[in-house]
Amino acid sequence: MTHSHNLLEVKDLKTHFFTRRGVVKAVDGVSFHLNRGETLGLVGESGSGKSVTCFSIIRLVEKPAGEIVGGEVLFGGDNLLDLSEKQMDALRGKNISMVLQDPMTSLNPLFTIGFQVSEPYFIHQQLGKKAVRQKVQEMLKNLRIPSPELRVHEYPHQMSGGMRQRIVSAMALACRPQILIADEPTTALDVTIQAQYIRLLKEIQQQSDLAMIIVTHDFGIVAKACDRVAVMYAGKIVESASTMELFDYPTHPYTIALMNSLPKMGAKVKRLYTIEGQPPDLSALPQGCSFAPRCPQAIDICSKEYPPQSIIRDGHTMSCWLFEKGN
Amino acid sequence: MGEAILEVKGLKKHYPVTKGIILMKQTGAIKAVDGIDFTIKKGETFGLVGESGCGKTTTAKMVLLQEEATEGTILFQGKDITHLPPAEKRKHRGLVQAVFQDPYSSLSPRMKVGRIIAEPIVIQGNATNGEIKQRIAELLDLVGLRPDAGDLFPHEFSGGQRQRVAIARALASNPSFIVLDEPVSALDVSIRAQIMNLLMDIQENLKVSYLLIAHDLAVVQHMSETIGVMYLGKLVEIAGSEDLHLHPTHPYTKALLSASLAAHPRDLKEEIVLKGEVPSPLNPPTGCWFHPRCPEARHICAVKVPQMIEVGSNHKVACHKL
Amino acid sequence: MTSLVLDKDIDRGTEDRHQSIVRKILIWMRRLPVFPVLILGIFLICGIFGDFLISQDPLRNNLKQVLTPPFWQEGGSTDFLLGTDHLGRDILSRLISGASVSLQVGFVVVIFAGAIGVIFGLIAGYLGGKADTIIMRTCDIVLSMPYMMVAIALVAILGPSKNNLVIILVVLGWAGYARVLRSEVLRVKEGDFVHLAVLAGASKIRVMAVHIFPNIVNTLIIMATLQLGSVIIAEAGLSFLGLGVPPPEPAWGSMCADGRDYMFDSWWISFWPGLAIMLVVLSCNLLGDWLRVRLDPKFRQT
Repeated sequence: MTHSHNLLEVKDLKTHFFTRRGVVKAVDGVSFHLNRGETLGLVGESGSGKSVTCFSIIRLVEKPAGEIVGGEVLFGGDNLLDLSEKQMDALRGKNISMVLQDPMTSLNPLFTIGFQVSEPYFIHQQLGKKAVRQKVQEMLKNLRIPSPELRVHEYPHQMSGGMRQRIVSAMALACRPQILIADEPTTALDVTIQAQYIRLLKEIQQQSDLAMIIVTHDFGIVAKACDRVAVMYAGKIVESASTMELFDYPTHPYTIALMNSLPKMGAKVKRLYTIEGQPPDLSALPQGCSFAPRCPQAIDICSKEYPPQSIIRDGHTMSCWLFEKGN
Repeated sequence: MGEAILEVKGLKKHYPVTKGIILMKQTGAIKAVDGIDFTIKKGETFGLVGESGCGKTTTAKMVLLQEEATEGTILFQGKDITHLPPAEKRKHRGLVQAVFQDPYSSLSPRMKVGRIIAEPIVIQGNATNGEIKQRIAELLDLVGLRPDAGDLFPHEFSGGQRQRVAIARALASNPSFIVLDEPVSALDVSIRAQIMNLLMDIQENLKVSYLLIAHDLAVVQHMSETIGVMYLGKLVEIAGSEDLHLHPTHPYTKALLSASLAAHPRDLKEEIVLKGEVPSPLNPPTGCWFHPRCPEARHICAVKVPQMIEVGSNHKVACHKL
Repeated sequence: MTSLVLDKDIDRGTEDRHQSIVRKILIWMRRLPVFPVLILGIFLICGIFGDFLISQDPLRNNLKQVLTPPFWQEGGSTDFLLGTDHLGRDILSRLISGASVSLQVGFVVVIFAGAIGVIFGLIAGYLGGKADTIIMRTCDIVLSMPYMMVAIALVAILGPSKNNLVIILVVLGWAGYARVLRSEVLRVKEGDFVHLAVLAGASKIRVMAVHIFPNIVNTLIIMATLQLGSVIIAEAGLSFLGLGVPPPEPAWGSMCADGRDYMFDSWWISFWPGLAIMLVVLSCNLLGDWLRVRLDPKFRQT
């Protein structure tokens, strides 16, 4: 009842892929909530399920290869998993938008910027051509794209990576969605451009009370852009907390190991802390906790049963037997 | 350890831009690298850092003799290798090896890993089959792979493991110098630490020198003794790793550092966010090429190109504010 | 020695691997496309062991049994299962013998045209420059020539014989390979592993043979499979026109031609060879398509 004002609530989401080698449990029981105006970070490595979670929310998981097999995605009083394809089409780009990692392939090389940014307006809003043109200009200005009047006639290959990412974001934000999902939006950008882009997103978020989910493997982005963080491993959320809390008191061994293995500026470490082994094979997950084979603190029960969720503090949860045992 | 293994002086790479199909008239040049100087000491790592278009990859290509320098000299172990004839080039190749960014594209999909690793030795041509087999086993052990890994194909390995294979291959011919071009940026975060540790261990044991190219300042800082910061084809600052972190002088270095801090959410206040975009190398700004975006620019910056000045031991900066 | 992280995840022990090779082959065989493999299998058996399978002499004229219909029709006989032609020769035996001709011509042409095409594709793609221009322009010329007309002209000059047929088809066929394989080479040579081979000191020839060639072999195999079909059709077409394998050696194309004047009454003379051509070429195409799907994605994991 206390969460009835949540904009988005994901409950026990499960998405499986059916491959020749077996069932890949890409998302295996993920739950989180998102409020207006806040940014949630989904952190993990490749194979953690963070991207598939996002695609599942907007139902872009293609059958028969993959299927959302369980859970609920509650948005605006509806369970998105129950809506028809037509209803989802109306929702995508209008209420929930997504920005992907590679700005180069996100834009169609054959059409002008103007054409592409106008598309969401034509699809979702019944406006005349002139009105759309004006809105496009406004949107490009909002995203600090210089000389928008000239840009609308240019093609994607004439723009830099940072500019393209802003144009893609303009398309995503055109119809003023309530949620923006960004899948590794900064990974393909230069470091100084990343900073610009994040700052821009935050400004837009403040203006319009936008809720964001940012998928990333970069803790630096988490620190700069996210209010709350969920750390994912092998399709499950292993730890979830506010950003400040996670950086100050990481508790799950994976979170700790991940943060420790990052080279930090100015740190005088000779050898980096490493996580032994390789990321798990999602079609053949071990019994019990998926991180146990690589966990430096694994105990017996870790390889037998998956730990239940424990609450460390208000808003800080994690799943690990060590905490359960009062460690 | 004071001896230089690689010295680069006034190195330039300009790509001509031509107009017309038949009478190709040169209308300009892309100044990918426009006059850089640096020295790498034996057994040490020199990190070259910068964003896309700064010329670090082109520099690596010139050092590897994949591209020929337009101007300037490259001295390897005292010998001028800038414009070697093809036969000498082939001979030189055994001494300098490379590890590239993409672990998937670095290994031939149709060759067994053992053969891939042995390739540099096989090419040299003066080892017996038995010696080669032994060397493969040695190298696999050195990079932390199982001895039977040699019979498998690359697609049976993960990204991090493939990178180990690439490293093993780079070590096969006992090079004294390896160019590492973004060796960990395509790998998962938890694997990066493993590979970085491996590279550093190898350096310590085999006394190999590295030229490390990366865009991630934290990685470069961790692995390098000296760091060179590049912007639009020029070196703006060269300093010891710690020095660069504690006393960044050039405004671009400062912005880069501030953007790279895998910080704590608390440290966000003094973020320097640069305005504008990286200009086109076809048409760089006048004077100091960084001045349009520089938060500390003054009048002279638009007029005169700054020279590299020593500001401390092993610390050089090219900026007018000095 | 310093401690290194040992990868304990390559848990495919050498013992397991040998076992799984046999299993791998069996699993792979189970996934083969049944129809094309069946047809081509029959084709191959006929082509190689044809002499042991035929019951009648394919060359013997038997004027008493002229135009006998297939055995299930009235007037037919089980001695001549598919009927006889206008000279009384057993169609089935000629069909099986003809398979041998099509097979020989098909394979030889595909192998030679493929070999020449690969070599030129490698040179043009990897060495580039003038060699590339010369080879590609030659390909353009060859590919823009009307296939049949050139074949006819060349046969007129060289005279009809099985060997000449092979030569002509190779001369016309290599260009397609060269062009496609050149673009494959262009793609492959951008791979880092090629750069690294050069950096290790590999000569150009070594790079082409050891590094690039194995990575374009898949495309070559697919093309060869598809080309086999076209060669068989070409041979049949030329034989139909009387320019291919000269009579009385049985060839499917000329068998079709033989039946041209009898199409409405003794349909079987043209029908069986025509059906054989269709089935074999269709199987080649299906197999080629299947191979394309099977070989490509796995190989292009890069």
